[in-house]
Amino acid sequence: MLGRLSWDALPSDLITLGAAAGMVGGGLLIVAALTYFKKWKWLWKNWITSLDPKRIGVMYLLVAGIMLLRGGADALMMRLQQVTGAGADGVLGAEMFQQVFSAHGTIMIFFVAMGLMFGLINIILPLQIGARDVAFPFLNSVSFWLFVAGAVLINASLVIGEFSAAGWLAYPPLSGLEYSPGVGVDYWIWSLQIAGMGSLLSGINFTATILKLRAKGMSLMKMPIFVHSVLGSMLLVAFAFPILTATLLLLSLDRTLGMHFFTSDFGGNPMMYVNLIWAWGHPEVYILILPAFGIFSELVATFSRKKLFGYTSMVWALGAISLLSFTVWLHHFFTMGAGANVNAFFGIMTMIIAIPTGVKIFNWLFTMYRGRVRLTVPMLWFIAFVLTFTIGGMTGVLLSIPGVNFQTHNTLFVVAHFHNMIIGGVVFGYFAGLTYWFPKIFGFKLHERLGKAAFWCWIIGYLLAFMPLYVLGLMGAARRMDSYDASLGWQWLFMVAAAGAALIMVGVAFQILQLIVSIRQRKKLRDTTGDPWDGRTLEWSVPSPAPVYNFATLPVISERDPFWEAKQHGDTRQAPAYYQDIHMPKNTGLGIVIASIALVFGFAVIWHIWWLAILAVIGIIACIMVRANDEETEYVIPAAEVARIEEQAREGAA
Amino acid sequence: MSVIRQSEHTEKATFGFWLYLMTDCVLFASLFAVFAVMRNSVWDGPAGVDIFSLPYVWLLTMVLLLSSFTCGLALIAARSNNVRKTLWLLGLTGALGLVFLGLEAYEFAKLIHEGYGWQRSGFLSAFFTLVGMHGLHISAGLIWLTYLMPKIRRKGLISINRKRLLMFSMFWHFLDVIWIFIFTIVYLMGVSPL
Repeated sequence: MLGRLSWDALPSDLITLGAAAGMVGGGLLIVAALTYFKKWKWLWKNWITSLDPKRIGVMYLLVAGIMLLRGGADALMMRLQQVTGAGADGVLGAEMFQQVFSAHGTIMIFFVAMGLMFGLINIILPLQIGARDVAFPFLNSVSFWLFVAGAVLINASLVIGEFSAAGWLAYPPLSGLEYSPGVGVDYWIWSLQIAGMGSLLSGINFTATILKLRAKGMSLMKMPIFVHSVLGSMLLVAFAFPILTATLLLLSLDRTLGMHFFTSDFGGNPMMYVNLIWAWGHPEVYILILPAFGIFSELVATFSRKKLFGYTSMVWALGAISLLSFTVWLHHFFTMGAGANVNAFFGIMTMIIAIPTGVKIFNWLFTMYRGRVRLTVPMLWFIAFVLTFTIGGMTGVLLSIPGVNFQTHNTLFVVAHFHNMIIGGVVFGYFAGLTYWFPKIFGFKLHERLGKAAFWCWIIGYLLAFMPLYVLGLMGAARRMDSYDASLGWQWLFMVAAAGAALIMVGVAFQILQLIVSIRQRKKLRDTTGDPWDGRTLEWSVPSPAPVYNFATLPVISERDPFWEAKQHGDTRQAPAYYQDIHMPKNTGLGIVIASIALVFGFAVIWHIWWLAILAVIGIIACIMVRANDEETEYVIPAAEVARIEEQAREGAA
Repeated sequence: MSVIRQSEHTEKATFGFWLYLMTDCVLFASLFAVFAVMRNSVWDGPAGVDIFSLPYVWLLTMVLLLSSFTCGLALIAARSNNVRKTLWLLGLTGALGLVFLGLEAYEFAKLIHEGYGWQRSGFLSAFFTLVGMHGLHISAGLIWLTYLMPKIRRKGLISINRKRLLMFSMFWHFLDVIWIFIFTIVYLMGVSPL
């Protein structure tokens, strides 16, 4: 009846028990608070069922923030393990350590980086292209809730069962049934499958949004650079995520139906998995970084008070990176034994990617050159990014040489390299974007000094945490290593790294404090103009926070940086002659319902509760039919109401 | 909903649906690539040449092609506003799809009965997964039809139903194209001594 599920699935060791109790307790506390303050209806009406991409974006950011804490806690535990693992078992022990590093990587990529990315895209993209909405608002809600369902599933593994101990990409045969018979790998598979499905739908949605919903006159070469970067990223999602879907499907077929894709006998081929997962995985890296490039391009122009240097070359660089990202996947496993010629090809392709990336770096620097640079918090993140990303890029080119790679493969050198790119590139980028666009979302700026404090903790902590790993890697320290011989003399380097990780957590604490203080001082920090940074693109032409319909009258574009040009001619903020009725999508709870059923489906398959899985599939089909039946999915905001809201915003500005 | 907004919606939706089909195409491409890698990984089990019967698969192919043809005719009938003929042709499309699924299920059952199930070898795993994934899509198409046909019967060929019909036919033709590749790569190349 309940498949593999029994009471044994509940946690028994102390650390897991503590984490599980904390999580369940925290959940219950939130539920109790919502009930006590009678906020359920508010939550349901304004947030859960909302199809407004700005609200969906805020929810993405919230989930990503929570998952950042979880992934950060995992990171601290790993550092502690490696500090205490000198000639000893360490605080976690090998078994737990494996689950922790698997969870850390999975969570940070899928639920933090992807969440921050989709959050900012949801909030800003429609505003930048002069649209009121995304192409498929309901699909957007489904995507978001599938993302949440995946996050819930991965956290559920803490309480019921176990998590994968096979690393963040679960290479077989280790992740096969023979070596990982438990439910851990299944949790990994289905939480990624469900969240990945959401990402795939988002990729389709945003591609259609950009290509179909741009304001009149905004030709491709007049789009803001952030929109270009998102277009590249979303096309990559559309072409790469189906490979992930297929790969996860095959691994789960191996594990549940006894197929032989990746087993070491019966003709299975584990290396095929490694090829497939990286055929998705390498583009995934660019999926994450491209929008960050876009963000940096926007803010470096704004804070240098100059138009972006080399717009056209920037666009071509984005396109080139998108295309090339599909031609380098083998550099993740030069040691597979594909032969010298194959390795040489992929090594050279990898080096070639550095060219368009270098073009971008120079474009940013030239944008700053002779600009009137303001060193605001987003700009600090940008400068730190240029530093760390260049270091990471150079170690990347180093790794792309197959001969060197044979030495550094599977060492902490690689770990240091990709954290260099993902923290220094992706995370810094989204933090910068968040600070930059925060007033547009919430109507007030973030506290500047606390932001700077957080930044300095992050950048110093980051350098302390990862530079030692380069050294350790070159000395031969393998990644995912739980203990080592004390006589190697590595312990002090691990201690430095642990101190760095702790300093990063102080930075996170400053960020939380910054948020609290900013909310408390929101009157003082209020953005009354809608244009707090003297911005250039359309999102700054509407009031802050942006009204639900974004634009009272849809803008018509004739040049790049339309808002900047309008400001030069002095024709902003004039009330139009008349307003029109605006059609907006109605709220619907079906998004969360579908995702909840998907969650049940994932859980049922993990535990082999087949009747429940079948019921869940029927449920999802029924939900889709219910939605398709609904032909009145829009409501109208009358012109008079639009006029009233706009009038109010103008008075606020005056 | 106004006529203009409906036509905007239709344009967005068909474009989005094209994008979806492209992602589905990549999904199938991955499975084809896997099949290509696995086609000789027969372990001690049978190879394609031992288990495929070309005349039988030829029959399957013809049934599916015919269903694509009737689907196309249904679209033409819809264009000339002939509700009855549209429904009749869609019904035929569905029936042919069902026959196709039945024939495929029989082929699968026969293989499993003979001891050539998906657990036998990497090659058979890849075969069942690729062909089964196509069959799963056909089943989804059939469920879609049982939903779409009553809609058209009840409200006629109003614009939203036309949009639905257009998207269904895109989906159905897409599956046809995938099948042509399966027929070529799995079956034809499977029995040839390549």
